[in-house]
Formats: sequence, C-alpha cells, structure tokens
Amino acid sequence: MSTLVFVEHHEGELQKGSLGVLAKAASLGGDVGAVLVGGGVKALAAETGAYGATKAHVLDDASLDPPLPQARVDAIAQVVRDGGYDTVLFANSVLAADIAAGLAARLDAGLNWDLVDIRTDFVGKRPALQDTVLVDVGWRSTPRLALFRAGSFDATPTGGSAPAVEDVSVDLEEHSRAAKIVGQELEQASGPSIEDAEIVIAGGRGLGAPENFTLAEELAKALGGAVGATRAVVDAGWYPYAAQIGQTGKTVSPKLYIALGISGAIQHKVGMQSSNTIVAINKDPNAPIFEFSDLGVVGDVHEIVPKLTELINARK
Amino acid sequence: MKIAVCVKHVPEGASKIDPATKRIDRSREGALNHFDANAVEEALRLKGDGDTEVVVVSMGPEQAGDSLRKALAMGADRAVLVSDDAAAGSDLVATSKILAQALEREGAELVLFGQQASDADGAVLWAAVAERLRRPVISQAAELSLAGETVHVKRQTEFGYDVIEAPLPAVVSVSDAINEPRYPSLKGIMGAKKKPSETFTLADIGVAAGDAGEAGSKTEVLALGDPPARADSRKIEGDASAAQAIVDFLAEKRLV
Ligand SMILES: Cc1cc2nc3c(=O)[nH]c(=O)nc-3n(C[C@H](O)[C@H](O)[C@H](O)COP(=O)(O)OP(=O)(O)OC[C@H]3O[C@@H](n4cnc5c(N)ncnc54)[C@H](O)[C@@H]3O)c2cc1C
Ligand SMILES: Nc1ncnc2c1ncn2[C@@H]1O[C@H](COP(=O)(O)O)[C@@H](O)[C@H]1O
Repeated sequence: MSTLVFVEHHEGELQKGSLGVLAKAASLGGDVGAVLVGGGVKALAAETGAYGATKAHVLDDASLDPPLPQARVDAIAQVVRDGGYDTVLFANSVLAADIAAGLAARLDAGLNWDLVDIRTDFVGKRPALQDTVLVDVGWRSTPRLALFRAGSFDATPTGGSAPAVEDVSVDLEEHSRAAKIVGQELEQASGPSIEDAEIVIAGGRGLGAPENFTLAEELAKALGGAVGATRAVVDAGWYPYAAQIGQTGKTVSPKLYIALGISGAIQHKVGMQSSNTIVAINKDPNAPIFEFSDLGVVGDVHEIVPKLTELINARK
Repeated sequence: MKIAVCVKHVPEGASKIDPATKRIDRSREGALNHFDANAVEEALRLKGDGDTEVVVVSMGPEQAGDSLRKALAMGADRAVLVSDDAAAGSDLVATSKILAQALEREGAELVLFGQQASDADGAVLWAAVAERLRRPVISQAAELSLAGETVHVKRQTEFGYDVIEAPLPAVVSVSDAINEPRYPSLKGIMGAKKKPSETFTLADIGVAAGDAGEAGSKTEVLALGDPPARADSRKIEGDASAAQAIVDFLAEKRLV
C-alpha cells in the first residue's frame, strides 16, 4: 500500500492543510510520498519528512511556479504510474480541486471530495447535502483519489526524518501549457485581522447593495466587533477581500458570529463553523445557514438590523 | 463563434438522499441549478447582439428538459440533453466522459460551467471535462472577457486574485458573483418552445453503457448516517420585533 499526497506551497511555505493530510496519510500506514511542483520546491521537500513522507517527488521548475492545475496533472499522473501509488490525497484548495478532477479523468480514477476523514480500510467520511447527512464513501478501483475539506486534520509533525528526494521529469501535454497567469493581486497582511476579533458581523449578498454594508458596520460598532463578508460580495467588489470568510478567505472562531443575508454555502461555513455562538438573519426559511445557527431569524435584514443596532446602543 | 454551457437539473429546495438507492432523490420537482444561470447569463452577455450561438448541454433525466427550456427562455439558442437510464448514478469519471463526448460533437470555442451543482457541491466537473477534451481550463472566474482568440479571466484563490489567459478553445467555470442572471421574459418563455432541442441516448453520442452510470463509476456510497447534531438551536420568524428577541438571546449568552 502506498499513498501520495500533493503538497501545495505558497511563497516558499508549505501549506498547513497539505501537511495535515500528509500526517493523516502517515497514520494510515504503508509508504507515504509527497509530490511538489514549482520553482524552488526541492529546498522545501525536506520538511515533508517531519509529517511522514518517506519519499518526496519534486518537479523543481520555475516556469511551473504559477499555481495552475494542468501541468501538475501531467506530473502527478506520471509519479502515480511510476511509483505505483494506489491512493492520492489532496487538501482542498482552488488549485488542488482542479488538479484532482483533472487527474481523475486522466487516470479514470474515482475521486471523492469534501471528505473530513478517511479510515484505514479506505472508507471516506463525507458530510453531504449541506452537512445534513454523513455519508460513507468508497472506491471501486485504484488509484483512489480524495479531496479533504479545509481544516480536517491538524498539521502535527510525526517526527520522521528527511525523505528521499526524487526528481520528476515529464513531457507536458500541449493543453497543459496553454493557460498563463498574466497578473496577480496577492493580499498583503495589514492592520488587525478579523481573525482576532471576538465578535464578527458578516454580510452577504442578501444585504442587497454595497452601500448597505453600513448596516453590518453599524451593528459591528455597537457590539465592538469586526465586519466580515462572503466571496459573492467580495468578488462583486462590494467589500474588500481581506474581510472575506471561508475556504478562500479567513477562518474565524469568534465568541459571536452574526450572519446578515448569507445563505451558508459549505465554502463559507468552513471559515466560521467553529464560532462559539452563531446568529443568522435570512429571509429564506430554507437557507442552509439555519442548519448550523444557534439562533436563526427568518426575516429581512433591512427591517431587523437597524432596530437591533438601536436596541444594543440603548443598553449602553 | 459557438459557446456551450453545461447546466444541471437539480432537485428543488433541500435535497434528500433516497436510502434505498443511496442516490440523491431526483423524483421531486427540479429546477435549473441556480449557479448555472450565471454561466448561461455570461454566455448571453458575451453573445450580445452578435451571431454567436449559445448551446446549453445537460446530462440528466427527461425532466432536465425543463431546466434546458429555462435556459432557452433566458436566450440560449439551442439545447442538447443526454438522457439514458444507463447514465443514472454516474460519478465524476462517468459524468465527465458523457459530457465530454456530447461537447466534442459541438466543437464550441468556449465551454462554460457554473460554480457548483447545488446538490453535489463538487465544484470540480469542469477540470475533468477539460482534461478529456484536452483543452485549457480556468476555474472560479469572477470576471471574463474575450479578445480575439484569447479568454481572460480574473479569479479568486486562497491568496488573492489571479488574472489568467488562455487561447480558445477553452473551458471556464464562473463564480456566482460574475453577473446577475436575467429572468426569462414572457416572450422568451413562449419562444423557447420553438427553439431547436435534441435528446440523445448514450448510444447516440457513442458512449458505451459500461462507461456510464454505476457501471462506469469508480466511487460508491456505502452508508448514510446522521451528522453530529448541533445542540440547542432555535429558529424564530419575525419583523423588526425580532430584534428584541435577538438582544434577549445575546443577553442570555452574556454576549451583550
Ligand atoms: C472554490 C470555491 C471557494 C469558495 N470560497 C468561498 C469563501 O471563502 N467564502 C465564501 O463566503 N464563499 C466562498 N465560495 C462561494 C460560496 O459557494 C457561495 O457562493 C457564497 O458564499 C454565497 O455568498 P452569499 O451567502 O453572500 O450569497 P447568496 O448565496 O446569494 O445568499 C444570499 C442570501 O441572502 C438572503 N437574503 C436576500 N435578501 C435578504 C434580505 N433582505 N434579508 C435577509 N436575507 C436576505 C437570501 O435568502 C440568501 O440566502 C466559494 C466557492 C467555491 C466554488
Ligand atoms: N449532469 C450535468 N449536466 C450538465 N452539466 C453539469 C452536470 N452536472 C454538473 N454540471 C456542470 O458542472 C458544474 C459543476 O458541477 P459539480 O462539479 O458537480 O459541482 C455545474 O455548475 C454545471 O455547470
């Protein structure tokens, strides 16, 4: 039995999520390999040993540094074939999801996604349908491919020694080289982060318009909290990316989280589900956010929030 | 130019799994996956007043015709449905094979996908289809434009925004913030019935039954269980008066 883990890196740092999956793979037993692709990854490979990799397959090529999936499918497909790996695991990310699905098609291999755990007998645990059911999933053939939900495993070092590093050389497919990253706006850390706030008031598309974020800001001011947002409103330019909560944003676990006009998509939930107390105001009684709220209020944010802010200010 | 848009017919409201088949219960009323309305809208925006053809493509039960008709009513030009009992229960490997085969016949310069199917929440299918079509793929597009033979996309990742370009033909999935999908007009709804619409079996498009459905799938659902329950969850309905109930709740939890 041998398991390969795709280890993602960004600006010279191995991603915690990938290392967590690597540590999980090590706990399953058998040989564990890591695969890294991009500029300078050879220097990063040694660190994978501490999380259980005995072998690191590296494609150290600066031209492959832009985080695009298809060249990585070429490389990983080759490592899987040459190394005889029967399982390939990924920590979910925008990049990893696209690699995993491309690899599934390339190898005709089963992919189970959004797993939160996997057993040694290769049964995956997947909360499905807005987490209303916990499904046991399996694979009918090898290689088995899996994507794990963000935060499923802690990146706890297993105390292994440096892995044997092997260079990968691969001829890239023509379609794998076609897309190019021509610009990037990476987030620069600045000022206090919403990750440190004890109270977070988050706004979604249900606020209706960018200027209505004042509803969230005024409530946040009254409660002494910070303002968060969903990807939908960040992508639409209503609020800055630095305030985004979820899979591709920040992970917060405040004492109080109030969601205003947020549907509660899985990708949002993973960034706030460990909040102590969750209050949601949404006009749709069937909104998924109510499935994980301590207090769900079915109603219009425009009616309720100004009154709520007023009442809280009046208590002071 | 031709743009193909992949759309899924999903059960309306909260989905349920049928314990007997361990598949999503598709017997109930269905609707166009709302994330796919963004992809249809984007195709229509790119088309504008030009002579681009927008083809909507779906794999699903016969009732998926309703969702395709909605896309036609929004303004798409033509619909293709792959429907076959042998395709039921297809996983990613099988679905991508079937859709890729249907798309291969269309030869569209641009293939658009929605952000995710609201029942399966995979948010991965495009990458598998693009691999089978051997075309470049870009996911999570928050902005999209065409310039000559190139598609430009701005998209969000865990680290900020990337601007990506790829030569056509290409596959792109769009985020739900890329646009505001239009509602079909009465005229659109009437006109949809007259638009060309084809239904194919697997044999028609050249997919072997053994490559589809459960036979062609590499994953399986083994068992269903209840997720850990969240203790003490309350739900209230209300107008402005609900504000007082929220304050009382926060006071009880010593949060104000
Ligand atoms: C790879 C990937 C990564 C992603 N990463 C993230 C992420 O990091 N963070 C994130 O948030 N999302 C993320 N998403 C997107 C996610 O799937 C959802 O699309 C998004 O969270 C929806 O945002 P929303 O709740 O604001 O909008 P919607 O889903 O449109 O919900 C708006 C809600 O407002 C309610 N509403 C409308 N009007 C009112 C009113 N007047 N009063 C009260 N309620 C009202 C509606 O009933 C609805 O439930 C990601 C998706 C993918 C595929
Ligand atoms: N059965 C289907 N037929 C056509 N398109 C589909 C089908 N299933 C999914 N899609 C497309 O793939 C996207 C992502 O789906 P998924 O990866 O299943 O979440 C959807 O938004 C649709 O554009």
